[in-house]
Amino acid sequence: MSTAGHKVVLHTSPHLRETPSVKVIMRNVVWALLPIVAFSVYQFGISVLALTFVCVGTCIGVEHVACRLSGKQSTVNDWSVTITGLLLALTLPPGFPLWMAAVAAIAGVGIGKLFFGGLGYNIMNPALIGRAFAQAAFTAPMTTWVPIMAEDRFTQFIPSTLTLPFLRPESIQPWLASVAPDGFSGATPLALMKFEQVPTESLSLLLGSTAGSAGETSALLIMLCGAYLVYRRMMDVRITISILVVAALTTTVFYLINPDTYPGPLFMLCSGGMMLGAVFMATDMVASPVTPLGVWIYGGLIGFITIIIRLFGGLSEGIMYAILLANACSPLISSVTQPRRYGAPSKKGTG
Amino acid sequence: MFDLLSFLRPSGTFSHGIHPAENKHYTAHMPIRRLPFAPELVLPLSQHFGAPSEAIVHPGQEVVRGEPIAKANGFMSVPLHAPATGRIKRIELMPTAKGPRTPSIILEVYPGDSQEVRYDFPRDYTTMEPADIVKAVQDTGLVGLGGAAFPTHVKLSPPKEHKVHTVLLNGCECEPFLTTDHRVMLEYPEDLIRGTKILMKALGAERAIIGTEENKMDAVAAIQAVLPADGSIEVRAVPTKYPQGAEKMLAKALMGVEIPSGSFPSSVGLGVFNVASTAELGALFPHSQGVIERVVTVTGPGIEKPGNYLVPIGTPIGFILDQLGFAGSANTLIMGGPMMGGSVSSLEVPMTKGSGGLLVLTEQILEQQHELSTHPCISCAQCLDACPMHLNPSQLGKLAYKHRYEDMQSDFHLMDCFECGCCSYVCPSGIPLVQYFRIAKSSLREQAARERAAAS
Repeated sequence: MSTAGHKVVLHTSPHLRETPSVKVIMRNVVWALLPIVAFSVYQFGISVLALTFVCVGTCIGVEHVACRLSGKQSTVNDWSVTITGLLLALTLPPGFPLWMAAVAAIAGVGIGKLFFGGLGYNIMNPALIGRAFAQAAFTAPMTTWVPIMAEDRFTQFIPSTLTLPFLRPESIQPWLASVAPDGFSGATPLALMKFEQVPTESLSLLLGSTAGSAGETSALLIMLCGAYLVYRRMMDVRITISILVVAALTTTVFYLINPDTYPGPLFMLCSGGMMLGAVFMATDMVASPVTPLGVWIYGGLIGFITIIIRLFGGLSEGIMYAILLANACSPLISSVTQPRRYGAPSKKGTG
Repeated sequence: MFDLLSFLRPSGTFSHGIHPAENKHYTAHMPIRRLPFAPELVLPLSQHFGAPSEAIVHPGQEVVRGEPIAKANGFMSVPLHAPATGRIKRIELMPTAKGPRTPSIILEVYPGDSQEVRYDFPRDYTTMEPADIVKAVQDTGLVGLGGAAFPTHVKLSPPKEHKVHTVLLNGCECEPFLTTDHRVMLEYPEDLIRGTKILMKALGAERAIIGTEENKMDAVAAIQAVLPADGSIEVRAVPTKYPQGAEKMLAKALMGVEIPSGSFPSSVGLGVFNVASTAELGALFPHSQGVIERVVTVTGPGIEKPGNYLVPIGTPIGFILDQLGFAGSANTLIMGGPMMGGSVSSLEVPMTKGSGGLLVLTEQILEQQHELSTHPCISCAQCLDACPMHLNPSQLGKLAYKHRYEDMQSDFHLMDCFECGCCSYVCPSGIPLVQYFRIAKSSLREQAARERAAAS
């Protein structure tokens, strides 16, 4: 056989790669979030389904339009903005007005991600930026909770969900009285503990039979979904571990000082957004440090700040601000925790 | 991605690194066979690290197989020997694997000749002084056959303040596909041991360790059968992992020591040599022969008859492909392994002393590779967990993108990178990190050279 006329293709080494691409990683995170969304829809009904569609749709739309406006190829097909939409929906109260959710999504993706240059350049988690925006702009709806397993949840929206744009939601008290005649306190376990010293059973926290944001109720389910990502090696479990360990330790210290005022560690770990934050929010690759030591410090920082806010701050929940603060610190953490390189000269003279 | 349990695993390896598919099944079981002589051999005068050799023949001159045809130009250079009996056709610029055309001797092989090797005179290393051994090694024209093509005799002359106590023989061959070192260890263990003894004598080393990976246990057994009784030489298998065959990684795995940044292995009392080079030394030295051929793994899904072949130095790639057959149409040829080897631009490129592999991939495989489009860095930290030098390729890549080469060097130790390619291999964003680093390094080297020139 003659070799003349063969086309020779040039390429730089390494010539082979075997790695899941960004797209595959992001798509798997979406898969991992879907059971949590499904469980939330099961608990709270079509309101959460609508909320999820609005959040995801708005996030995708904003990114697509922004890419077009800036003359770039649309980046929505890398799935990362879908994650942002799902996470945002999971952090909002189930009866959150849809128009407000859309505004939060625009703020999250627009300010939190696209202003910085899109995927890879955002400093903070865009979903949490969106939630922080909503917390500041729509304080009352952000703290209006509804009971789970309302009877007509699959046929009827929670009244506040369908609030017309730019209007405040009506009071949901009459609706609450109809779905929960025995009385519903309208508070999350964390708020009950903080403001009324009423503890909630750990088992119901673990399984998720409590009030709360759409996706923050079942700690067990979130852990299982996270475990899938860890198994696929698509999530940094070191961050989750350090958050939970430091949060538990910090809580234990205060619990031992005064068990009457301060809750125990298991309650703290399973309540509120702790699990969703530790598993899916703090582990956002872009906004977390890259160095091995850095991720432990970063996680520890989140765990500690969360507990301090929960115990001593004005809010009952603290993980959102803890993660945003740690996101802001992560470039600094990365730069001061550069790994020791092979063969680096050392003071002991071991090299 | 994140190895939490690394501290539980037995030592005997280095930390980080990757596990690419080995793909050694194509050729690992195939005995070394001789390839016929090409009608014309192309012998670049610069096949090694250091000053190019100086031709001592003229066009039209007849040469005998094994006869020197170029002499060493100073200490950092080696001579070149005629790989076949024939006639010097011309000396002119020819393409090489590295890219630029370099002066090369073109030898027309006599088809009817018996191709007897011209022997010099017998040598006995046991009665020779170390300095004489070094000179004799230079005369064989031997360079590192593992790929770097660094002259062996230079490694045998470490700085005076360094005392080499242990010789490490590198038989890891961690590059996927390649089986050259494997077959040499399996088929020529006596030569390997003799070569090891010569190296030990020249360096004054008390012991030697032959290190290979756990996927070559048959080679370990073959070597164990011929080890000297005094225990001065041992053979050890370390876990299979890329890039175990880098000398810094091997030193860590076998000795538990790190070779300091920017230093030679001799600074920690080690001399590291490739097993194929050592076996070649063991075969050539007693007869004062020169390097005229080498074992090459010709492999990959794009070749019809993969195998381990004894190829005369200077054989053009096109000739090898004609002999062994393309299985596809337009292929990617790689000189060396898939991780560090280079693409070949022309079929006229000859096999040189440093080329231990010729890999032929197919279009299908390349298309799969191209599916990885380039996304921005998402700071997933996979590259940090892969880098055997414990550098920060993520940060280096971001700086390279902004052409901040000086910062890469001063703050993130760019020059410690030996371009193994692990970072590019694992990058989910498909960023060609190692290529960025190559460009950055050569740009910095050029700048340093300009500054030196300006200062003098």
